[in-house]
Parts: sequence; C-alpha cells; structure tokens
Amino acid sequence: MLAGGAGVGSAAGFPFFSGVVLLRRVAGMCALLLWIGCGLVAAAQQMTLTGAGSTFAYPLYSKWAAEYLKTHPRIQVNYQSIGSGGGIRQVSIGTVDFGGTDGPMTDSQLAEARSKLGGANILHFPTALGAAVPVYNLPGVSAELNFTPAALAGIFLGTIQKWNDPEIARANPGVKLPNEFILVIHRADGSGTSFLWVDYLAKVNPAFAAKVRVSTSPHWPVGLGGKGNEGVAGLVRQMPNSIGYVELVYALNSHMLYGRIQNREGQFVKADLHSVSAAATAMSKYMPADFRADITNPPGVASYPVCSFTWMLVPTKMADRAKGAALKEFLTWGLTEGQQYGAALSYAPLSKDIVDRELQALKQLQY
Amino acid sequence: MTTTETSSEMVAQKTAGATKLSFMERLRKGDEAAYLITLCAALTVVLITGLLAEHLWVNSSLSRHQSGWHFLWSSDWDPGSEIFGALPFIYGTLVTSVLSLAIAIPIGLGAAIFLAEMAPRRVSDVLTFLVELLAAVPSVIFGLLGIFVLVPILSNYVVPPLRALFGWLPIFQGAFYGVSYFSASVVLAIMIVPFIVSISREVLLSVPASQREAMMALGATKWDVTWRAVVPYASRGIMGSVFLALARALGETMAVTMVIGNVPDVHLSLLAPGYTIASVIANEFTEATGDLYIHALIELGLVLFVTTMLINAAARLLMLRFKVQEVNA
Repeated sequence: MLAGGAGVGSAAGFPFFSGVVLLRRVAGMCALLLWIGCGLVAAAQQMTLTGAGSTFAYPLYSKWAAEYLKTHPRIQVNYQSIGSGGGIRQVSIGTVDFGGTDGPMTDSQLAEARSKLGGANILHFPTALGAAVPVYNLPGVSAELNFTPAALAGIFLGTIQKWNDPEIARANPGVKLPNEFILVIHRADGSGTSFLWVDYLAKVNPAFAAKVRVSTSPHWPVGLGGKGNEGVAGLVRQMPNSIGYVELVYALNSHMLYGRIQNREGQFVKADLHSVSAAATAMSKYMPADFRADITNPPGVASYPVCSFTWMLVPTKMADRAKGAALKEFLTWGLTEGQQYGAALSYAPLSKDIVDRELQALKQLQY
Repeated sequence: MTTTETSSEMVAQKTAGATKLSFMERLRKGDEAAYLITLCAALTVVLITGLLAEHLWVNSSLSRHQSGWHFLWSSDWDPGSEIFGALPFIYGTLVTSVLSLAIAIPIGLGAAIFLAEMAPRRVSDVLTFLVELLAAVPSVIFGLLGIFVLVPILSNYVVPPLRALFGWLPIFQGAFYGVSYFSASVVLAIMIVPFIVSISREVLLSVPASQREAMMALGATKWDVTWRAVVPYASRGIMGSVFLALARALGETMAVTMVIGNVPDVHLSLLAPGYTIASVIANEFTEATGDLYIHALIELGLVLFVTTMLINAAARLLMLRFKVQEVNA
C-alpha cells in the first residue's frame, strides 16, 4: 500500500522524468529488436553440417571441424558419436547430412537408403585407418607376445585353453608362459572393433568362421564382456591371465602393452601407424570403385593384418544445394589438408593413391 | 410445520447460492483452478506411461511376429544370425534384483531402525544426511567403485570363505572371475540401501507416540517396543520403500553392466557372469543394424516394462492384503 502510493506520487510529481523513462524504454526495445535482427541475419549466413555415427572416428572429425572452422568461419561441423549403426540409420533417412561408420553398408542397406532418400545413393569415402590389437595381462611376462592367426582363433573359440599351449609357445621362444587357463575378454557393446576382430579371425580360420558369425555384436563361445575399449582394458588389467582386443588408437593413447600378429607373409608385425598404412597401400590395387573394401589379412611383409577403413557416408543428392556444396568442400579438405591431423591422434593416414581416387569420386556428388 | 418450511427454504437458498457462482467465479476462487491444474499434472503422467507402452509395443512388432512367445524362453542371443532369445537377460535381471534386495533389506531396515529409534536425534540427522547423499551419487561411480574396489575385495576376502562354507551348493560353484551376478547384486545393494533407509526412517518416525506408550505401559523393553509395536505399525511404509528400491534395481544399467560380465548365458551359479535387460539394451542399441535386431532390443524394453508393472501390481496386492488383515485384527 505504502509503496503503491509512493509510485503514484512520483509519477504525478515528475511527469518529465516518466517521459524520459518511456523514451529510454522505447529506444532500448528498438536496440533489442535490431540486435535480434542482426543475429538472425548472421545465423542465415552461418551454416551447420550435421553428422553422426562411428565413435572411433569422433576424435578425428571433431579435430577436423575445429581446424576447418579456423579457415572457414561460416561452416560449423557438428558430429555426434552415436555409433556406426546409428550413423547408418540416420544418414539413410536423411536426418543428418553425413554419417560415419567403421563397417561398410551392405547392399540391402544401400537399397533401403535409396528408397528412403528418394533415389539418392549413399557413397562411402574412407577417411582414416583403424586397427585392432591383442592386449593381455600375464603376471611375470612383460615381453610383446607373438600370435599366429591359429593361436588367436583358438583362444577366442575356446579350443586353446592354456597359456602354455604349443600353438602359442612355438611363436614365442624364450618366453616362459604360465600353465594357466586363458580368460578371454571381448567387447560387450556392439562395436566396429568387434566386427573387425571377428572378420579377421573368420577369414584366416575356417573353424572360427564355422562357429562365429561376423557381426558388430558377435556371439562369443567363451569369455567375459567389457563395455567399450576402456571396459575391455579395465577387465584385462584386473584379471590375471586374461586376453582381450582393443582399438589401436586406444592402446597407443593409454600406453598398453600389446602383441604382434603374424601376417600373410609369415612375419610377426606390431601394429603402428606405418604397418597399418602399409596394409592399406598393399590392398589399394584391389580397391573397388565404391571404396567398400575389406582390407584384413593383406599381402606385404610390413602389413599389419587386422585393420580397416573408417568411412564417411555421403548422400549423392541433398535438398539444400548450398549445404551439399559445403559438405563436399569439407570432405575434400579433410582428405587433403585434414590428413595431417590424423597422425597426431594416432590414426594411420591414407595413402596418396587412395586419396587421389577419392577426390575423383567426389566429382560424382552433383550439388 | 414452520420448522420444515424454514428448513426447505434454507435448502432452496443454499442451492440457489451454489448455482449463482458462475464457472469463472469458481475459477477465481481457486478451487476450480487448483482442480484443473492438478488434473493436468495427473493426466501428463498417464499420458507419458501410455505413450511409452504404445511406443514399445509398436516398435517391437517385427520381433514379436517373428519369435512370438518363444522369445521369452529361448536362451540363444546371436544378432549376427538374427537369433534373439531373451531368457538370459530376464533371468539375470531377476536374479540380481532379488539377491540385491536380500542383501539390502536387513541392512537398510536395521539402519533405519537405529536412526529412528536408537540413535540420538543429532547423530540420526547427520547420518541421514549422509545416506541421502549416497542416493544422489551417479551410478557410473558405483560401477567404477565396483570394478576397482569391490571386485578385488570380493575375490580375495568374501568368495573364498563363502566357498569354503557353502561350496557344496550349486549356486557357489564354477570359476569366479570377479565379475558375476553376485558382484552386480552387491553393487546394486549398495545403491538401493539409501532408498530403504531414508524412507523407512521417515515412516518409523511418523509412528504415533501412543503406540510406543501403550507397549511401554505393558512393561515392554525398548527393543520389544520397537520390534512389536513400531515396526509392525510402519510395515506398509517399509514395504513401499522396498518396492521402490526393487524398481530401481530392475532398471539400473551402468553400474550393473560394469560388473556383471555381459555374457548372455543362464548360469545357476551366482559366481558366474551374466547379463541384464537394461545392460544389453544400453550395450547393443547404438550399433544395432537391421530392423529385426532393433525390434528385438525394443521388445526387451517391453519385457522390462511389463516385469516392472507386474511387480508393482504384486506389491499393491500384498499391501492390500496387509490392510485387510489389519482391519480384521
């Protein structure tokens, strides 16, 4: 009551003052409207490319996005790591501009996407290379172990049960392997790394191929599941006499000890950026025109046998042509200038030969 | 004669007075507004539940048509060959939830009785604050605690004596890798104890003093008063807290998936690794390709939804029976 009276008094007593307040308010509102208007115009010039998919490629694509923004301040790239399966689904129904996957789409998935996208095809573009490596925890053994394909297949099938099995011992002269049961750790979540690991084992070992279907969530005959690379690594560290597999980038960044695998030429090769790139280069002459290449078990003495591309999925037609053009430009940048950022994040870079062929293929995108 | 007339007049006036208030006036008076707002809130809850059920039902159609009831008791889970059986997950969910309740009820109830009846008020308030803090810890923290602290403790100090005493029981046989139904249940128990403690304490505190006084007047000891007069009086509220805890245990995802081993098999041994419904959905949904696979995962969600609903219904029935018994007594 008192406050109300005071207010009325001041308004009546100082009409000049209240006029100034009104003027100021109007001016303030105009400024606000102008500011919002400017914001809207700026937003119209700003363009956001949305992508989703592979978690493996997430660090690379975010690095690309950050670097690209520095030189192209109007293009914002927003990539969500929802998993390869999600990436394939989202790009197939057109809710994102591009997808990311660690395993190529199947023919039926491509056909389904074509019907959902109104005739637009989805193209695969390899952007980097990944690999899977065996990690283990053997108390008293600090050497890098050698694994033959038969040993790995036997371990993950459960037919090789002890660490001192002759199949393992023969490849590791001088290493004292314990007479203990092997505890197998695999990925529990659906994963491109599982797909790669099983794909390789099924390719090199008929017994494994007969028992386990190649899938992102394979049906393992033995072992325990950990969630994510960190889950597998955590379980391996916890459990003595265990073996698991993780993505090479994860093993390098967390400084884990991992084993060598015998390649097609009989050499035991340690996975690193060189041996993985060597594998892709060795396979480049077998590269199909749509880039959906399986590069496990490649020829070449220096090649690491368990590696794979990670792909960007791009539709050939887009409703917004300007967006399409921006995406094409971003991808071209990533395949050329962007490649230098991969090595720092432990991604093996693509060979020049593959990049050149991809740049040719980019011309198919009619925006 | 006159009295009846006046009374009928009064009734007429009353009804006239009631009808005189228009809807807007009643709205302004607040009652009507409060009614409408709270009704909307209640309808929102119903709507969300309904939408959830509809979504789960529609989006699992492929899997339901393909496998039918077989889905529920088949124990093969091989997404690569499009074979989907839910039994290992249903079994794992039920085993871990029930076992965690078995561990959590004595601890939770004991703590609640201590805090409400035995402890000095100030100690009780401080401890209750800590317990409620425990309920707010994110579940992934409990998972990490489980894998790095609890699993080593269990495998070094708990499981060996357990095996020495009860090793002849089938539920304690087979190899123990640390991650297992048992470890998951212990982690779950730690997570649900705060719910039981916090709610049960409130319920116990709200028991009227007359209950205690009557028992004391009969010459009962303090424990007799607590156990024979206070706890039975509060039993329905305590059961409510237990069922809330059970619902939490059924749906827990992160912490369980980190310590259960994630192996889709059915094992009788509690020391063997297993899997739960919530864990498999969280683990496999992101990389699930193919419509049937996704529909199978959503059908698992439907199974969990129905399971939770059945358990809640059972809880209601149980409470209703208690109520009837109380009335009869």
